[in-house]
Amino acid sequence: MTSDEHNGIDPQRRKALGCLAAWSGAAVVWTLVGGVPRALGATSSGVAADASKHAFTFAQISDTHIGFHKEANPDVVGCLRRAAADLNALAVRPALVVHTGDISHLSKPEEFGQAKELLAEIRIDRVHTVPGEHDALDAGLSGYLKQFDHDGKNRAWYSFDQNGVHFIGLSNVLNFKAGTMTSLGAEQLAWLKQDLAGVAHSTPIVVLAHIPMWTVYAQWGWGTADADQALALLKPYGSVTVLNGHIHQVLQKVEGNVALHTAMSLAYPLPKPGQEGIGEPGPVKVPAGELGKLIGTREITVVRGKHELALIDTPIDHA
Amino acid sequence: MKSSSIAFVILLATAFDAHASDVTVEIKKFLFEPKEITVPPGAKVVFINRDETPHQIKADDGSFVSKALDTDDRHEQVFATEGDFRYVCTLHPFMTGVIHVHK
Repeated sequence: MTSDEHNGIDPQRRKALGCLAAWSGAAVVWTLVGGVPRALGATSSGVAADASKHAFTFAQISDTHIGFHKEANPDVVGCLRRAAADLNALAVRPALVVHTGDISHLSKPEEFGQAKELLAEIRIDRVHTVPGEHDALDAGLSGYLKQFDHDGKNRAWYSFDQNGVHFIGLSNVLNFKAGTMTSLGAEQLAWLKQDLAGVAHSTPIVVLAHIPMWTVYAQWGWGTADADQALALLKPYGSVTVLNGHIHQVLQKVEGNVALHTAMSLAYPLPKPGQEGIGEPGPVKVPAGELGKLIGTREITVVRGKHELALIDTPIDHA
Repeated sequence: MKSSSIAFVILLATAFDAHASDVTVEIKKFLFEPKEITVPPGAKVVFINRDETPHQIKADDGSFVSKALDTDDRHEQVFATEGDFRYVCTLHPFMTGVIHVHK
């Protein structure tokens, strides 16, 4: 019997924890003070600096693109498995995992099925998802909803409460119109207004949506045309955090009490917005050994009584 | 021998004619190339996706829509009637093109 087994610790987990300790020195912890994001610095334990017994942690993953198998990343399945192992090894177990869309690459039933099996490898009670445009191909969201209908209402927007936080999942991947960005649409905005009517302004809000809820780069469709209407409904709340995917990179923006964050993908990087020399938002091929530094996961810690959330973005290569 | 050669030539000519009116629009780097074309009524336009990202083509007037096209997938569309058919990639609405169908 090894010492780990003697101590009741899975040796594999110990190994992963070792990696965690090694990489966490490079992880950046973000906090929002007075509405301005400020880097607090590295942590040594992989736990958000403000974590306490009054806090709860959840994780964000995004853009897994199960079914993608091209040069930019021929092993998206392996990358999701590595992310699952990382999340399973966290010292503070996340209360839940959110996936901010593009679960599949081509909306194929077998891709959704495989993704669901892979997500089940995360030792977590619940994984909440919102769809990406890659999850809405051909048959709209019907394939996605067969596997990821979270409230049984056969629609891709919903809300739930966890540890005093009101989570809202939105879909902004169906209303594409020529020459413009995507939108949420009137029906969903009306639902959002109704949903928020029963939520106290002191309740922290976390919004999940695939495409950024602010205009990152309109020329590539990286924005949501009617996001302002949704953000206006959220303005009275003291703490609003919007988590997005789609652009496969970490960006932040703060508007009053609303903090918006995009996340890394678990499949492949995309160019920076309007990056010089790259005319289109297609997968970026990077040299061997670099990919794992550009894709990864995010931990988010909510501390009761504080309007700011602490974020740690972690690449899957962290040894 | 001679008749079979003639038959072969006719067959070849027929096959050539069948493709002579086809026009190809390639999707490269999130652009339709060419972005604007003019074809006669009855022409077949073949869209081919050369990107690693899927694209889906839909007419603004709803008259046609492709399936999502993965790399090297193609969509064939016959334009029977005259008119200007503007289309967009439903996934990337900044990608637009137009087919002018005129005699």
